[in-house]
Amino acid sequence: MVNALAVGAVSLATLVVLTPLVMILGTVIIHGMAGVNWSFFTQIPKPVGEAGGGMANAIVGSAMILLVASAIGIPLGVGAGIFLAEYGRNFYGNIVRFTSDVLNGIPSIVIGITAYALVVLKQGHFSLLAGGIALGIMMVPTVCRTTEEVLLMVPQSIREAALGLGIPQWRTTLSVVVRTATAGIVTSIMLAFARVAGETAPLLFTSLNNSFWNWKLSEQTASMPMQIFVYSISAYDDWIQKAWTGAMVLIAMIIFTVILVRFVTNRGMLKGAR
Amino acid sequence: MRTLQKAPDEPGFVSDQAAAKIALVPPGRSGSLGTVFADAVFRSAVIACALSVVAIVGLIVFELLTASGLSLHKFGLKFLVQSIWDPVRDEFGALPVIYGTVVSSLLALLLAVPLSLGTALFITEICPRQVRTLLSTCVEMLAAIPSVIYGLWGIFVLVPFLHDHMAPLLARYLGWTGLFGGAMYGFSMLAAGVILAIMILPIIASITREVIMAVPQQQREAAMALGATRWEMLRLAVLRNARTGIFGAVVLGLGRAMGETMAVTMVIGNTAKISHSLFAPGATLASVIANEFNEAVGPMHTSALVELGLALFVVSMLVNAIAQFFVWSVTRGMPARNIA
Repeated sequence: MVNALAVGAVSLATLVVLTPLVMILGTVIIHGMAGVNWSFFTQIPKPVGEAGGGMANAIVGSAMILLVASAIGIPLGVGAGIFLAEYGRNFYGNIVRFTSDVLNGIPSIVIGITAYALVVLKQGHFSLLAGGIALGIMMVPTVCRTTEEVLLMVPQSIREAALGLGIPQWRTTLSVVVRTATAGIVTSIMLAFARVAGETAPLLFTSLNNSFWNWKLSEQTASMPMQIFVYSISAYDDWIQKAWTGAMVLIAMIIFTVILVRFVTNRGMLKGAR
Repeated sequence: MRTLQKAPDEPGFVSDQAAAKIALVPPGRSGSLGTVFADAVFRSAVIACALSVVAIVGLIVFELLTASGLSLHKFGLKFLVQSIWDPVRDEFGALPVIYGTVVSSLLALLLAVPLSLGTALFITEICPRQVRTLLSTCVEMLAAIPSVIYGLWGIFVLVPFLHDHMAPLLARYLGWTGLFGGAMYGFSMLAAGVILAIMILPIIASITREVIMAVPQQQREAAMALGATRWEMLRLAVLRNARTGIFGAVVLGLGRAMGETMAVTMVIGNTAKISHSLFAPGATLASVIANEFNEAVGPMHTSALVELGLALFVVSMLVNAIAQFFVWSVTRGMPARNIA
């Protein structure tokens, strides 16, 4: 009887865990659908009280910040991953591995403070570049560890065969090993994207927010998470409605990415989920 | 006339086709100077990338120390035990926010650990194989939802729910503990604890899953062979063996809960005061930084906020290091069985 109770309790726990997921996704979709219209995706915010307006500048701004972040995070992450897999099966590799895990665990607001001190204070103003740097730093550990895992899964015989044919070490790694593992590396980049796309805290003191279009690296920029934050703590119904719709768009993109990666590779967003 | 060609039945024979393929790669290429140089360049580039990871962490520590220099110099370690947070008079004490961080994280752990343990057990041991991937994907989607969306949901769904329905119940039945007194405005430590619990569920659940899967199958079979029921087998063979790793998973969840910013900022009420009631609003390290950084009243204020960030960094680094150590000691050398 204890057995039946225990199994029942464990099943109940799972149900309780799934409930918030269903509730959150359901609420976001239900509230968000009401605000979806063409102007949401094409117009910049209008002053309070005027109808219309949207989050177009936030969507584009987020894309630009993510582009800058990728320019930093992808090369550094993939390079470090290649180091760990090919040259790092020793003490120095363990140091880099440990540091990468430490970097992964640092709260995002601390990284925001660092980017503020590094870039914003030196430049004297908030900027897209600072936001991109902060998010890029956050991408590095995810890309690095997953790249290492994926490269380690390439069979040693392929490396030996390539070296045996006379291909130099660097060419072996790039054209043979990395090419075999390209799908895995792409999924690691997508997972890192999904993780940083929703981050707000690092952007609070780096790229701040902007009600207008911005195309310059050196100016503050609107971004989806920041806009959702500002709207959701505001007192205007219209803005709150836009916050729900923005949340729906953001969640749709992130969950689509995570499900796609999960479907293709069985690799998860959390390091332990395989 | 002897030729270099060997007959097909001699050892060392190479067919014409194979010989043609080998001839495509010029011999003696692998040792040439250009290749050695290219190898060295590639190796240095890759080492530079790896070193940059270490450099980034070093940079973070350096910037935190420099930017909080003013405040460190003025308050020193007393900063951590003083209770007054007064930007106007330049008096800063971190005790209320440290209290807020600790209480909200502990509350989150209290709620999340039993639920995520149960979920991990269910997914790995009890549920049918076909459903496993679906369930673990669902748990993972909880991790994929951004913090600000948790906050949005918290403001408009969780807080009214707690205020209208849960608060009277809690006050009536659990009021004797002294934890549920005072007026409830909704934005409270309780709301922050509940939201944090939901946010750390997936981390604890997924690492517990990995740790449970690392327990050797022989342990389970031995328990069943001795006549244990399902639950007894789980308790004695699985949980007991995995307890170090589960402890590590819990500590990792704690680390995540302490650093969480946006969702907490949006539901905790942002009042830097210590109160014994869970219904009272509070503040955490991260939420105070998020709220006050952009409107800091002067260099001392900014410096004090960065010192809070330094404290947060040190604590989360310690917590994460301890947790990784525990998890690693269980799963090393034992790759997780790919069940789902």
